[in-house]
Amino acid sequence: MKLVNRKASLQVNQNEGLIFEKSSSGKAAWKLPPLDVPDVDMSTLLGEAERKDLGNMPEVSEIEIIRHFTRLSTWNYAIDLGMYPLGSCTMKYNPRVNEAVARVEGIANGHPYQPEKISQGALQILKTLSECLIEITGMDAITMQPAAGAHGEMTGLLMVRAFHHAQGRPRKKVLIPDSAHGTNPATAAMVAYSVENLKSDSRGMVDIAALEAQMNEDVAALMLTNPNTLGVFEQEIHKIADILHAKGGLLYMDGANMNALVGKVRPGDFGVDVMHLNLHKTFSTPHGGGGPGSGPVAIKKKLEPFLPTPVLVAKPDGTLGFEYNRPQSVGRVRAFYGNFGMFVRALAYIQANGPDGLRQTTEDAVLNANYIRKGLEGTYDLPYSTPTMHEVVFSDKLQAKKGVRTMDIAKRLIDYGFHPYTTAFPLIVSGALMIEPTESESVEEMDLFIEAMKSIAEEVEENPQTVLDAPHSTRVSRLDETAAARKPVLRWKPA
Amino acid sequence: MLKAIGLRSIDDLFAPIPAEYRLTRDLKVPRQMAESEIVDYFRQRSRENGEGYTSFLGAGAYAHYRPVIIDSLISRGEFLTAYTPYQAEISQGTLQSIFEFQTMISELTGMEVANASMYDGSTAAAEAVMMAVRLTGRRSVVVARSLHPEYREVLATYATHQGMPLSTVGFNENGQVNLAELEKSITSETACVLIQSPNFFGTIEDVVAVAEIAHKHGAMLVVSIAEAVSLGIIEPPRQADVIAMEAQSFGVPLGFGGPYCGVIATREKFVRQMPGRLAGQTVDKQGRRGFVLTLATREQHIRREKATSNICTNQALVALMVNIFMTVYGKVGLKELAKQNLAKTAYAATRFAQHGQVLFGGSPRFNEFVMVTSEDPYAINGRLLGHKVVGGLPLKKFYPELGNAALWCCTELTTRGAIDTAVGLVAESERSVRSGKEESDVAEVAR
Repeated sequence: MKLVNRKASLQVNQNEGLIFEKSSSGKAAWKLPPLDVPDVDMSTLLGEAERKDLGNMPEVSEIEIIRHFTRLSTWNYAIDLGMYPLGSCTMKYNPRVNEAVARVEGIANGHPYQPEKISQGALQILKTLSECLIEITGMDAITMQPAAGAHGEMTGLLMVRAFHHAQGRPRKKVLIPDSAHGTNPATAAMVAYSVENLKSDSRGMVDIAALEAQMNEDVAALMLTNPNTLGVFEQEIHKIADILHAKGGLLYMDGANMNALVGKVRPGDFGVDVMHLNLHKTFSTPHGGGGPGSGPVAIKKKLEPFLPTPVLVAKPDGTLGFEYNRPQSVGRVRAFYGNFGMFVRALAYIQANGPDGLRQTTEDAVLNANYIRKGLEGTYDLPYSTPTMHEVVFSDKLQAKKGVRTMDIAKRLIDYGFHPYTTAFPLIVSGALMIEPTESESVEEMDLFIEAMKSIAEEVEENPQTVLDAPHSTRVSRLDETAAARKPVLRWKPA
Repeated sequence: MLKAIGLRSIDDLFAPIPAEYRLTRDLKVPRQMAESEIVDYFRQRSRENGEGYTSFLGAGAYAHYRPVIIDSLISRGEFLTAYTPYQAEISQGTLQSIFEFQTMISELTGMEVANASMYDGSTAAAEAVMMAVRLTGRRSVVVARSLHPEYREVLATYATHQGMPLSTVGFNENGQVNLAELEKSITSETACVLIQSPNFFGTIEDVVAVAEIAHKHGAMLVVSIAEAVSLGIIEPPRQADVIAMEAQSFGVPLGFGGPYCGVIATREKFVRQMPGRLAGQTVDKQGRRGFVLTLATREQHIRREKATSNICTNQALVALMVNIFMTVYGKVGLKELAKQNLAKTAYAATRFAQHGQVLFGGSPRFNEFVMVTSEDPYAINGRLLGHKVVGGLPLKKFYPELGNAALWCCTELTTRGAIDTAVGLVAESERSVRSGKEESDVAEVAR
């Protein structure tokens, strides 16, 4: 390592096999109370439906389970260990009070079908959070049902479809900028819209002339991420909205990057008709190794009749309840009411921040991204000089001359004690390094990151092989992904 | 920091946003609260939310005991605050855990492979159907009316714009899929038959017979499992081509409906049409065993509009809860746990049958049963609520043809005392209705 590594040191960690390899007959970590009703004869009750054998399920003791998962956990990097600068993922601190309140008895154990009369607590949480999110986005109504961002996109586009259908002029396609997340085109396909690519201009923004040329009565919507995946605010957003609306199209906003806007500007005010939020990004609910998320969809009034059922309403007696009879609804997108546990956490986050805190969060997130941009400009190529919001995108152009690509730099960053940034995305930047620090990082942590990135750049010049072979300090070195895909081994089998 | 960047004020950072859109006032959200106030707020909401009630509700969300080590382990920051394990070298913990999850789900369902999770049982069922549509090249779908009604609604939403005609097949007097009707509903255009077992009424389906009919016509069989604990004592639907499961019963809190944990399991030969993430085993440069996310060419971040699904974020942390639960109970415990569910429900069904009419007794059931009463179950439930008991789910909304029917559920947590109390209250109300007495003190509940 070029410099002394100030962020991390090597430490022994425990080896651990698969749980099945520790199993032996007779070990147990469970105990049931004595049965207080008459025992039953399984074969009489079930006949041929009775299961005789549970195959290779493990038998292990409690301490073995604790050690097993604790050992596995130590092989993970996490926000709790340090900066996790994945672009467009918003890896911010996950407050522990969120976890505490999500586990309060009546909240954790409420049954989705318990009578509304004894569900007022949960419904009040749903209502308060809905109101907060409507205010934050500047929209008119919201559905909390979608389970994640992509699910929200689908719900949003279903409403777009239903809207055009109700107008008596169904449309065929959606426009999607070339910088968009892969979920956008995949979602469009799921609701049977064809996808038309929209190119970006030299500033990394929507090419207004191209949009004007491509916009017509066949276009249902434009799916726009704002700030986009370059971390650039679409400065001509008013023109974009006008061009769409003039031809009867709708503006869909992917809210993945809402962490750049909360408290500073509201999508509803700049012409957005429908948008989803990611509570697991902007509103601090934990990513949990890939989920659960929550993808509420906020809409303008004209889309309200199409909201998924049920819709939360205040009843004449002042209590809250669900309304199911909505003839124009797109239908249900999920059983029950959504990932309620995430609503609890998101509301706790909003309460812990208040109006001032939410605004400052956004300011700090943007400030941090600009600090990193300033710190690494010159060391890494900055393909777009347009002002940066909450994330900054560099390219590996300078390092590629030595045969080192963004993924190699990312892997080397692991040795310096950081999680890599997002690699090779957005697609419009060749060899992208997409960095989003979030508001959670202190200047000290960011200085360490900048120092590590600069040190790697020097290594690329002096000893590129070190970087190409990275990581050097992990339990396993680079894994053979090609072999994994060619001959998939997707489960353990006894030898 | 501003100085380092070369700016004078924070406002300069927001200059790219056109001035007319910048928010110049405070957001109208609750004022900033102290941690103690936040905790207090949610404790109050909790008290308004069924705290302290004994419940007989199931219907796709089941109250099972959650071993305490689940929360202590998933609270480790390295699991809780990690992202999707794309950077395999520093995500081996999550990846190995997913690999174990996939293995155990495969073992329990009798399938060859399982994915890393879907949003929930309802969306898993819809995605499993779309998978069958891709695999067969056919488009229409036959759905059992005894599939969870909300799962049917979700499927209808997903199918609307996919050009997938749905038809429904009813149930017979045993509560099982009507095989004669099924035979008639399948055509050469049927991609798959979708059933649930145990079905929405708790009845165990004759999967062998359903599979035979589906396969005879070249259609696939998709089986939805909403009560995972049933797998401990009920033979899994091994004849299915795809299983779409809700694993909430395995250690996931009821949480007013979510987050839960959907899963899709299938045969190896179908894996390339499977949606969702998959962890696979491989080796590193030194030949050491390790795990990676694999077969990503099915997924949206690679394939964009040609992906098998748009799913990205899944239910990883909930899948970890499920994984720990399955590990705790294991080969023997799951069976014993399932047996207790069966015994409690058998006892309850027998006791209730003395006062109401318990339907579908001709076929085996797991931990739910349907009871028809003389009185409207909403009215009965209104009275039970006064005794801090939540009665079975009235089925009028979903199955008007069943009249005054309600779906009751017992798990290992339902005590004999609670069952006896509920039976007593139902008996009392049935007697009073039969004797034609006027009821004036009944507080109708909303649903």
